[in-house]
Amino acid sequence: MSTAVENIPGSFEAADPSLESQMTLSMGPQHPSTHGVLRLELKLDGELVVKATPDIGYLHTGMEKLFEYKKYQQGIVITDRMDYLNPLGNNLAYVMAAEKLLQIEIPERAQVVRVLMCELQRIASHMVWLGTSALDLGAMSVFFFCFRQREKILNLIEAASGGRMTPSYFRIGGLMMDLPAGFDNRVRQFMEDFPDALDTFETLATGNTIWQSRTKGVGYISKEDAISWGLTGPCLRGSGVGLDLRRHNPYTGYETYDFEIPVETDGDVWARFRVRMRELYESHKIVRQALERLKPGPIKSDAPKVVLPDRDDMRKHMDSLIHHFLIVAEGFNVPEGEVYMPIEASKGELGVYMRSNGGPKPDRVHFRGPSFVNLSALPVMSEGEMIADVVAVIGSLDIVLGEIDR
Amino acid sequence: MTEKLHEYVEMLKVRDSAWVADVKDAFGEVTVTVPGEAIESVCHYLRDDAGFDMLADLCGCDRGPEDDPRFEVNYHLFSTIHYDRLRLKVLLSEDAAKVPTVTGVWKTADWHERETFDLFGVVFDNHPDLRRILLPSDFDGYALRKDFPLRGYEPYSMN
Repeated sequence: MSTAVENIPGSFEAADPSLESQMTLSMGPQHPSTHGVLRLELKLDGELVVKATPDIGYLHTGMEKLFEYKKYQQGIVITDRMDYLNPLGNNLAYVMAAEKLLQIEIPERAQVVRVLMCELQRIASHMVWLGTSALDLGAMSVFFFCFRQREKILNLIEAASGGRMTPSYFRIGGLMMDLPAGFDNRVRQFMEDFPDALDTFETLATGNTIWQSRTKGVGYISKEDAISWGLTGPCLRGSGVGLDLRRHNPYTGYETYDFEIPVETDGDVWARFRVRMRELYESHKIVRQALERLKPGPIKSDAPKVVLPDRDDMRKHMDSLIHHFLIVAEGFNVPEGEVYMPIEASKGELGVYMRSNGGPKPDRVHFRGPSFVNLSALPVMSEGEMIADVVAVIGSLDIVLGEIDR
Repeated sequence: MTEKLHEYVEMLKVRDSAWVADVKDAFGEVTVTVPGEAIESVCHYLRDDAGFDMLADLCGCDRGPEDDPRFEVNYHLFSTIHYDRLRLKVLLSEDAAKVPTVTGVWKTADWHERETFDLFGVVFDNHPDLRRILLPSDFDGYALRKDFPLRGYEPYSMN
């Protein structure tokens, strides 16, 4: 008993392999803390993880193949189902890739609404991360407080788009429709209540000594390793690299918003936790700024061959009716070429590689999901840790299997 | 907008003119076509001397069974120092769909290359663990090839 206490974190050593004391444990794919259908093949020496091998693909549905058989505008609904905690981010990356190929300008109001909705979605996504990763470590009540906040955001997204989990709100050339009347006031109300909820989380999680001892010094990854393994988003910023594509490869006008990039240097689960917590405040700040900029104006770009016309126009103008029919029935041709469109999703760099051969359907669409890349670094973070810490590491990576397996 | 990206291309040309087979500038992105056998040296050089310390993405692409070279492998390089992006492209014919691995340059290439192997059948030479990643290990065919039917050849059952 006394030796076990002396040995607490970090000082465990693997037994001599010749003693054949190692065993292999299959963790998942139905394990509750693997956030979906992830299977880990763990080689264990007692409680110590000697080797971890993630096994993915249980949720593979061939989405990238499906894109090639759908028109550009039909592909948007597929993206909702990839990272299902951040569907608006996926929509944005996809439509912006198509817009880059089409080279169309997006009106100011649509840009502001995109930023507003994406930041709300980022908060919602981080709420699920905080709730579930706390649940994995045994803190039950954080989960309920988080999902209460997320519910409010989902209601807002539903009010704007009609869908809670699958909004498909952004369309090539703008938005599906304008925000409903009184939407800004509902967001303001949420913005006013949210700081109190943040205080609750800080008390429940940040100030919790059990939480701290479960996360500090666990799942370390160095700055060099993090870059080499391609980590992005909060995982990279937790290792001391202040990279945020909203600042460094700006899109939808993010360069004009005032926000900070939270960076922690410890590279452990605690650092990644702190980065995400601080990001919640920054997203809150951006939503406030976006609300101030929300001025009346067009929400679709002036590209009649690509953007569906308004219902009203279709009743008055013959050409609008023709365009509507052609876009729906035949789609629109996208100029030949290839683009890579990266955005800062809630989990890291979400890149869309889109290639067109000039027709109404893409030739190839590839999603570079942040979860896919971040998960590949799991062995580096979890080898040499205890088996219970693997759960903490997975929670800190914030993975969504829908995006990993596609 | 892309002048700075062309500087990296010039650097490559100065280092070894055989490295740059073709340069394309479109939609604000620069694509450098690199001969397959040189890709590892090119990546090493760009990482160490041009600051491209991150491989953002690696993906395969099938131009269709009639085309030769049929396959493309796209490397999307990114830098956490100067935040520039560069695309490298390797063209591969169907009978020699082989390219050296870049896992020695960026560790993240591991899963990306496995995915490309899984879905296109492109072989990455000297890859430490080239197995299928998304599809089951006994899956027949390469799902993202253009001649692979959308619904597959027959319903797959796991035995």
